[in-house]
Amino acid sequence: MNFDVTVFWNALVSYPFFEGACITLLLALASHSVGIVLSIPTALALEGRPNFARSLLRGVVSIFRGAPTLLQLLFVWNALPQFFPVFREAWFTPFIAAWIALSLNEAAYQVEINRASLKSLDKGQLAACHALALSPWQTFRYVVLPQVARIAIPPTANEFITLLKITSLASVISLQELMAVTSQTVSSTFQFTEYYAVALVYYLVMVYTLSWLQSRLERRLSWEQREETSQINNPGLVQRTLARMRRA
Amino acid sequence: MNEMILLEHVGKSFGDFQVLQDINLSVALGEKIVICGPSGSGKSTLIRCINRLAPHDTGTIIVEQQDVASKQGGEHVRREVGMVFQNFNLFPHLSVLDNCTLAPMKVRGLPKSEAEELAMNYLRRVHISEQAHKKPCQLSGGQQQRVAIARALCMNPKVMLFDEPTSALDPEMVGEVLEVMTELALDGMTMLCVTHEMGFARKVADRVVFMDAGRIVEIAPPTEFFDNPQHARSRAFLSQISH
Repeated sequence: MNFDVTVFWNALVSYPFFEGACITLLLALASHSVGIVLSIPTALALEGRPNFARSLLRGVVSIFRGAPTLLQLLFVWNALPQFFPVFREAWFTPFIAAWIALSLNEAAYQVEINRASLKSLDKGQLAACHALALSPWQTFRYVVLPQVARIAIPPTANEFITLLKITSLASVISLQELMAVTSQTVSSTFQFTEYYAVALVYYLVMVYTLSWLQSRLERRLSWEQREETSQINNPGLVQRTLARMRRA
Repeated sequence: MNEMILLEHVGKSFGDFQVLQDINLSVALGEKIVICGPSGSGKSTLIRCINRLAPHDTGTIIVEQQDVASKQGGEHVRREVGMVFQNFNLFPHLSVLDNCTLAPMKVRGLPKSEAEELAMNYLRRVHISEQAHKKPCQLSGGQQQRVAIARALCMNPKVMLFDEPTSALDPEMVGEVLEVMTELALDGMTMLCVTHEMGFARKVADRVVFMDAGRIVEIAPPTEFFDNPQHARSRAFLSQISH
């Protein structure tokens, strides 16, 4: 095995790789935020009996879900400037193009997560709000949103982790995110393993940090009383051992 | 006319199925009505139509001289009529106190301190004030239902609707909820209660409404209804339930 640890380490702490990882993270955060903001009213609008407007909205969402992400990225970067002169200006960088494409793509997936979470809400909650004379906005803001948001956390966090890795597609439109930096460094030095390992370390660190944040968030927002009962029902190892010794 | 609630020729169908047929009923201020009958007789649908949780198809429902089918009447009935559900429907993410103060604060515009005082008052009335800062998942079924009753009372309704309030409770907890409902009745609340608790009906009801297959079969004071039912269907029902 010819793994050169010095090369690996130098690359790991070097600025280009770090910057690439930051761009990856930033792009994912920016795209998912916009995607979530777009998906909430869309999911709410799709609730109810099918009509022409809803079917149209459904159709638009399914285009963004159905088309490959790579295709959407290439379309935004190459085709939009052809149709609209505003995209030929200098502000339209690969990052902006990737941001637009990934936001729309993520919004479409997030709509499905939102709809599933909304459906899982107990209908009795809405009946109680009706009986208490809460307005539709009050019902959404104080009863529906807090509950649905909690339900949506695991699939949304999952979606974000996927998005983090999908950002690597933006390398084809010459965005200098982590995979682009890795590929370019490899192609100039031909030392595959060391640089791939660096990219792997960065991705894993980001994903594990996010998973940890997710479980912290879930536990903090949970309204089930799990901590108290576990203290009562699960004596520690020392106590269990002492109890066994007493019985013996 | 000083009826609180008036139903005239009310009908409702789900597709081909007629769930309510030609319902006529009038409820006076302070009256306690118990609605009983076999499953599927339309009892729950009837009270859900009163507070516009479900829209009726034919006939009129008037609550405090306002037609619930109108926009203004619909809003009015939601504010003035409280409802307690079989499955409690408490807000699981809010504490008991917050469950009770949400509507008074947002709908009636009460400031937080006043709303909390009001809520604690009603929580004391249903004998559960010491649990005010717990979440619903930490309470038993009977306790949750009492919180639900307090929550409905915090809107100071003129009428309380109960949709099988004790049907989802363990037998030991039924008593504590019925006790609260009895106290409420004795304090003069106008109540419509769908229930299978015949003991409660005997003790508290001014009139018993017996429904079957979407129609009102018989309306009578409890002593007459239980001891001397007029219709064959009522007699059959009563013999079934008192075995």
